[in-house]
Formats: sequence, C-alpha cells, structure tokens
Amino acid sequence: MTKQADERPVLSVSGLDVSFRTMRGEVKAVSDVSFDLKRGEVLALVGESGSGKSVSTRAVMGIVRGNATINARRMELAGHDLLTADEEQKRKLRGRVISLVFQDALSALNPVLSIGDQLGELYRTHLNVSKKEARERSIELLRSVHLASADKRIDDYPHQFSGGMRQRILIASAIALKPEVLIADEPTTALDVTVQAQILDLLDELRDELGMAILLITHDLGVVARMAERVAVMYAGRLVETGSVDDIFRAPSHPYTAALMASAPRIETVEKLEPIKGSPPNLIAPPPGCAFNPRCTHLGDLCTKVRPELIGDLPGRSRACHYPLVETAHVG
Amino acid sequence: MSAEPILEARGLSKTFRAGGAVFGKPFQAVKDVSLAVMPGETLAVVGESGCGKSTLARMLVGLETPDEGEILFRGAPIKRDRALRRQVQMVFQDPYLSLNPRRTVLDIVAEPLDVHGLAKGAPRTARVEELLTAVGLDPAASSRFPHEFSGGQRQRIGIARALAAEPSVLVCDEPVSALDVSVQAQVVNLLIDLQKRLGIAIIFIAHDLAVVRAISHRVMVMYLGRAVEEGGADRVLVTPNHPYTVALRGSALEPDPARARLARGKATRGEPPNPVNPPPGCRFNPRCPRVTDECRTNEPQMKRHTDAAGVSGVACYHPVHEAVELNA
Repeated sequence: MTKQADERPVLSVSGLDVSFRTMRGEVKAVSDVSFDLKRGEVLALVGESGSGKSVSTRAVMGIVRGNATINARRMELAGHDLLTADEEQKRKLRGRVISLVFQDALSALNPVLSIGDQLGELYRTHLNVSKKEARERSIELLRSVHLASADKRIDDYPHQFSGGMRQRILIASAIALKPEVLIADEPTTALDVTVQAQILDLLDELRDELGMAILLITHDLGVVARMAERVAVMYAGRLVETGSVDDIFRAPSHPYTAALMASAPRIETVEKLEPIKGSPPNLIAPPPGCAFNPRCTHLGDLCTKVRPELIGDLPGRSRACHYPLVETAHVG
Repeated sequence: MSAEPILEARGLSKTFRAGGAVFGKPFQAVKDVSLAVMPGETLAVVGESGCGKSTLARMLVGLETPDEGEILFRGAPIKRDRALRRQVQMVFQDPYLSLNPRRTVLDIVAEPLDVHGLAKGAPRTARVEELLTAVGLDPAASSRFPHEFSGGQRQRIGIARALAAEPSVLVCDEPVSALDVSVQAQVVNLLIDLQKRLGIAIIFIAHDLAVVRAISHRVMVMYLGRAVEEGGADRVLVTPNHPYTVALRGSALEPDPARARLARGKATRGEPPNPVNPPPGCRFNPRCPRVTDECRTNEPQMKRHTDAAGVSGVACYHPVHEAVELNA
C-alpha cells in the first residue's frame, strides 16, 4: 500500500437488493449488500459463480439487464445520490466518475470500429474535442497503458490484438476520463498468468497515478491477496464476511471463507485439498437460516432456523455467522 | 512403479495451417515433443495458451494424427489399433460443451461401451451405474440429462464416460479450469482417488501450477510448441530451472497476502509470440531475462539427467541452477 486510503467513501452502498423474475420464480441475486469504498483503496468483492458479486456492481453502475427489481437504502457516488439521479445524470457519471472493466475484452470492444475510433469517441462525446485532438489524446492514452507502438496501432481493429493487449485497450477506455472509481470485474480471468501479472501491475500503476479507488470483482483468492487492502466475501447473494485482507487471510471468521481458503491449492505445499461438500444453493428457494448451512462443517442449532445478520465487533471487520471461527472481538 | 512406461510419445510434431487448409500459413503447434508416463503416475503438462498442450493431448488420444513421431502403448505403436486406443481415454475441459445435451447420462457414459462393443442391455446399465457411483454420483442420475447437473457434477459424468472402457491412461485436458475453487478441489481429489483405486496413469493438461502441484508426480512445461523443462513436480515447481518456468512460477498468485504481494511490479515482459512466426533460436528469447546471442540463433535442445528424483531435463543454454551435470 503505497498510499494511505482517504477515510471518506467515494462509493457508499447500503441495503442493496436485486431480484430477477423468472419462469421458475423470483431469484434473489443480491440481498441486503452494504459496502463503502474509500478513495484510493482496493476493495475486493469475492465469491464463486452465482454469489451475486457481479450483479451487485452492475446495479451500482445502473446496467443490470433483464427484468430486475433493484432496491437500496443508500447508493452514493462521489456526492451524487444514485437513487434519485435520472438516466441522463447517471449516463454522465458513467465514464467520468465510475467506470467498468469487463472480463472479456473481445466482446466488450466493438469489432467493426478501429481502436482509435472507439477511444476517440469517448473524448468527443464527453469532452467535445475535435477529431484531431481526440486522436492525439487516444494515442497518449494507449501509451499510458503501455501499448507498444500506440501511434502505429491506433487504426487497428480489436481482432488484430492479443488478449493481453485487448485488456490494456479496455482498461485505457475505462480510465480515459480519469474516473474516481474503477470497477474491475474479473479483469484477468481470461488471461494467461504471465499476462495477468502485467495487467495487475498496470492497475497498480494507474491507481497510484490517478488516485482512483478500485472495486475488484474476482473469484481468485490469489488476485485478492496480491491487489486488495480490504475484502468482502459473498455467498448466495449476501455478504458473509468483511475485513482487511491481512486479517481475513490470517484468521477467517466465517466458515465459508475458511473453507474457500482450504479448498484452494498452493504451490509450496502438497496437502490434500479440502473441497466444500455439495454445491451453492438455488437462489429461488435458498435453505432456511444461514444459506451456507447445508455445506457447513461448524453447524449449530441456530444455523438452520435463524439467518445470521452481518455484525461487526471491531471497526472494519464483520461476519454473518452464529458460530464464527474467531471471535472478531479478540482480533486485532 | 515398474520400469516400463505405460504410454510413451517420441518426437511428436504437428503443423496446422492458420486461416485455411490450403492457403493458410503453416504453424507448428507441437514440435518434437517426447514424454513417458508410468503406470499409476500423473504427468502434468503445463503451459499458457498456444503452447501446444491441448494439441499434444489430442494426439495422445488419437483425435489428431501427428505429422511426425510415434505413440507407444506398453512399447507397441498405437496407430489405428482400436484395442490399444481404448486404453487411452480423454476428459475434456468444458463440462458444458463436452456432453451431448440431448442424450441421457446413461447413453453418454455408455458410449465407449457401445463404440467398443463391451456391454449391452442389463450389463450395460449396471456398468454405467457402477461408474456413476465410482465418481460420486447417484446411480439414479442415469436417466437424467446433462442440463440438470452443476458444472462439477458434469465433469464427474465426463470422467465416468472416460473410465467406461477401463482405460489404463486418462488424458485430462484442463478438467477443472472451468470450475469454481471449492468444486475444483472435489474433482482433483476424485482423480487422485480414482488413480489410487484403479492404478491408472493420468496425463493432466493444465495452466494452473497450484492445481498441478496438488495432483502430479511429474511435470513437463511447454512454451510455443516445445517442451522446455521436465522433472519431478517438487523439483520443477519449487526450484524451476528454465527461465520460463521461473516466470510462470513468479506469476502464479497464492492466497497468502505476504507472498502474493512479492509479485507486485515483477511481471515478465511481453506475451507469447505468434506461433505462425516463432522467433529464431530459443522461442522464449524475446522475453527472457537471461538471453544471450546464442539464444537468438540456436534452438536449445532438451538435456536430461537422472538424479534421486528421477529424470530431470531443461532446454536452455543458461538454466537458473547450473550446478547439475547435464548429458544429452
């Protein structure tokens, strides 16, 4: 952590619910999710497929597809109330204040427009600059994400670039207007590990340069350990544990967090992996009580009856478990 | 382990044409790769996209024909011998694409039995139920369709199918990379378990070094169609000798903040070059921190030696650990 994160949150979300109506019933993809993202920090939202981590951030961006119902108590972005903002206001915030990098760079870029046209369009629509200036700025931007011979490749099309280069271009388009918040949704999942290392270094560098906060969505605990200061773990649409990366990786409090870590293989040691039995629950009819109870190894009487609330004993650390593995009150 | 490999590949090469079979530019997906796996052993083949590991896997099971080289089963060339082919079965990467959605689990798992005429009627059903139990599924699942199962369960179905013909070797192409971590561990443990029970050899194609560490006895590292390093899993993954293996190892992130943060700012430069036009000399030379003029002109050959941990080899003029006596 080269910079001390500012304590004021740049993004504050409280009580976020997202549900989808489907043929088989209502799917509660996200339930009562709250988090604060401080200026300049990296907060990782971690979970497996279907945990609601991507949908939560899409709801914040206002880009949830399908017939979704979104409710929240609070959703504030850099002084703007997203709950009362109209479409036009939100559109202006996207790009300038909050921006998104997707996992799949090939489908996020327009295949029939050259890179220069796609990046230039951002400058022309948001900043109203001339075509020539937009082009020059685009070349500068591509240099800032270390795309080799940016001035020669500006007229190339997405398919002419490698996966790593496309991800650089996508990051370039996301940071073009110097947003305060970058949501990086599995930004390296589709990449080879040596290229992943480069992209993560690039994100570090841009964060230092622009002072932006990053909300990192990932399933990869290694990426969390490498990038983030704080982590929020999601399971079945709810937050189950939050805290600093150092605290949580040293002593996870929620049995799901602990089980997730135990199931991840490590290079240095050969131990038998401990998988989590079963599979994630059906979000149309989640189990009563704690959604993790059918897979949990620390089951108590309350777990199948009462849903545990997310409670914090110490500032910055909380968990939703009746029988946590470490009493958060004693951590510190 | 017995001294004779159950499956051996000698000097396999395969060239494809990018952009059309006639006018496309040729590129060598696999160039002169040899490997051997002993009964009951797991050999992992590791590398990033485009390194040729999947093409190698497909040649080993007969889905591609090598341009050069040969594949031997217990010392006998496999070629078109169906009885030998049966001995080497494949588990595919994508559990969503590799199972026919319109067939029941019974018919999917029984396919090798039907193809090789091994069982019909009641014995066929009984065998499928036995296989489903072996991979940890309810035998009643046999009347259901693939879409009714989760990714992990589908991969179990794929493994049951591969085991149906009682193979001696299982070639698994990235079998867990599409799965969530918690489920990935279930499938890795299942493969380890099946190997212990059935004594099968496994060739495990993967890009994730941590998964490889959990399952393999030996490791071969590939880069742009060439094998660059091989040896015992401990040796290759803990004290890698080829600069590319070192780069892979350094890029792999583990769920340990102190260790993972060491990787910050240390990314290896460049990306794997276009296989249509590989660099002269060592294929890793444009990205290598130890590169010299020799690396840019002459392609290094795999040099092997035997130590306490078995055969170890590296194709590099400037390996990281020079100490060992290498002989060709």
